[in-house]
Amino acid sequence: MRRLFLIAVPYIWLLALFLVPFAIVLKIALSDIALAIPPYTPTLDLSEGWAGIRAFLSGLDFENFVFLTTDDLYWRAYLSSLKIAAVATVITLLIGYPIAYAMARAAPEWRPTLLMLVILPFWTSFLIRVYSWMGILSSEGVLNQFLMALGLIDTPLQILSTNTAVYIGIVYTYLPFMILPIYATLEKMDDSLLEAAEDLGCSRLEAFWLVTIPLSKGGIIAGCFLVFIPTIGEFVIPSLLGGSDTLMIGKVLWEEFFSNRDWPVASAVAIILLMILIVPIVLFQRNEQKAREAEG
Amino acid sequence: MTAKLMTGAAALALVAGSALAQEVRVYNWSDYIDEDLLTEFEEETGIDLIYDVFDSNEVLETKMLAGSSGYDVVVPSGTFLQRQIQAGAFQKLDKSKLPNLDNMWDVVAERTATYDPGNEYSINYMWGTTGIGVNVGKVQELLGEDAPISSWDLVFDPANMEKLASCGVHFLDAPAEMIPAALNYIGENPDSHDPDVIAKAGDVFEKVRPHIQKFHSSEYINALANGDICVAVGWSGDILQARDRAAEAGNGVEIAYNAPDEGAQMWFDQMAIPTDAPNPEAAHTFLNFIMEAENMAQASNYVYYANGNKAAQAHLNEDVIGDPAIYPSEAALDNLFTTTPYPPRVQRTVTRLWTEIKSGV
Repeated sequence: MRRLFLIAVPYIWLLALFLVPFAIVLKIALSDIALAIPPYTPTLDLSEGWAGIRAFLSGLDFENFVFLTTDDLYWRAYLSSLKIAAVATVITLLIGYPIAYAMARAAPEWRPTLLMLVILPFWTSFLIRVYSWMGILSSEGVLNQFLMALGLIDTPLQILSTNTAVYIGIVYTYLPFMILPIYATLEKMDDSLLEAAEDLGCSRLEAFWLVTIPLSKGGIIAGCFLVFIPTIGEFVIPSLLGGSDTLMIGKVLWEEFFSNRDWPVASAVAIILLMILIVPIVLFQRNEQKAREAEG
Repeated sequence: MTAKLMTGAAALALVAGSALAQEVRVYNWSDYIDEDLLTEFEEETGIDLIYDVFDSNEVLETKMLAGSSGYDVVVPSGTFLQRQIQAGAFQKLDKSKLPNLDNMWDVVAERTATYDPGNEYSINYMWGTTGIGVNVGKVQELLGEDAPISSWDLVFDPANMEKLASCGVHFLDAPAEMIPAALNYIGENPDSHDPDVIAKAGDVFEKVRPHIQKFHSSEYINALANGDICVAVGWSGDILQARDRAAEAGNGVEIAYNAPDEGAQMWFDQMAIPTDAPNPEAAHTFLNFIMEAENMAQASNYVYYANGNKAAQAHLNEDVIGDPAIYPSEAALDNLFTTTPYPPRVQRTVTRLWTEIKSGV
């Protein structure tokens, strides 16, 4: 009984916060656009009971999903989001790993302070931090002023409103999500393994490559997924830092929803996005489970 | 004990009820009012005013169409207002509660009646034009003394745009304003709903696209004032605010606004009360307060937009009423055009074209 109760809690949570919203979005994706409040006609009328459901099933056409295949905008936007997310994840890993490594190698009494410094930015609103990047990167901004004062450049660099700015924003924002899981695995690592590797003839670099990296694999994978998954659907960073030609699915979704007022098509876009995200999420879950089994 | 609790709850409900009645939630465009007016309203009426802002009609419209926005007064532009009235988003005004309606200006009311027949659902707040703001010094430096700053040639002629690109050009991210401007520039009907005609606007943008730094509907105010950019296609009052901010900052940036000679779009921002407004009574009080001649004049003096209030004109500063960029002459008024809302299918064509213009996809 107690066991049942324990299992029920996460399932109710999933049901209320994932399955029900998903069902609502799916229902909108299968309806038609209309000039009304809300701006779509319900094709599923539950008040009519079975007759309503039967009418809904017989009239079921996936026209909004079919529509997405008629215009190459959508798959281009999905691909472009995947690319931006992948590149940003790699950059974040390249920057985050050395930081996590240095933190784990630091004297134990320093580690809590270093950890604090990584978490500290979360105390400021995410939006304000992205806005500060606008101030840093704009053509009259801090960075350009600084470089021009040093005489390194004559004309301001155009960074804001480009994909470069989007990458900077994403890497900056998600860096802690990469550092923390890697740090967690590195900190637990047994130093005697490294000594053993060196005793057995490894150079320090070889020992790092053959021992440290494999042992921190769990943290690397966790960090990569924590960065990659939210980045695909990112909307705020590309719309504030990106240029008009930054194509990401979050922006396309916004256009469908706000400019076209086409909630059914917007919902269809969202459902496809979810389908795309399910693959890495399932892989992530499996990785976590394996790690747990290995520990247990 | 139970009885005591009950009375307590009833009293609480009463307090909550009266507290609700003493509150009005207004959702208006950003940088669009003298904030002193907000405190004046609270002092004069004793009603708590909650004031939120937005910077695109699309955001407002989505809130309206989703319903239960919680706002009592919102400010859509003409074409958006028309569509939202059709969707049933607004309630008819109770004109008996709006004695200041007598102050309104028939010249504007005639035009807004296109969107809201009989002005049954809305009052005009401000109106203006969509034109071009320039950093005079920088533009003349790049294009010479006789730079065509009062012509659409400045931003639609690739030869000019190529030279201007280095100092930064922003366009409004508002297809319903930009596409009519381009159609008007090539001699087509700016209010065309024919997809083939609309597609021609795409060609105009395609030629100048490489030289446009950004499409955005509010950043250009500060960007122009700081000297970050030198040309912006934008809304009249916003650019005039940029002019004043630059003058206040004393950074040597001189901004000028022109509604181009070939013709420019005239638009109207209308205050309306949502159907499900929690406090329609207080909303009417707010509308009536805004239509008070002195108040409306104070708002215009601050934001540099013309208003639809005849009585307010006596209280306007000379640099507002006397500025043809704000209050165009009779002849210039004839040169301005208005547009009507796109039907859903055409809207999709327009949005798609706009995405293509912006992202090249």
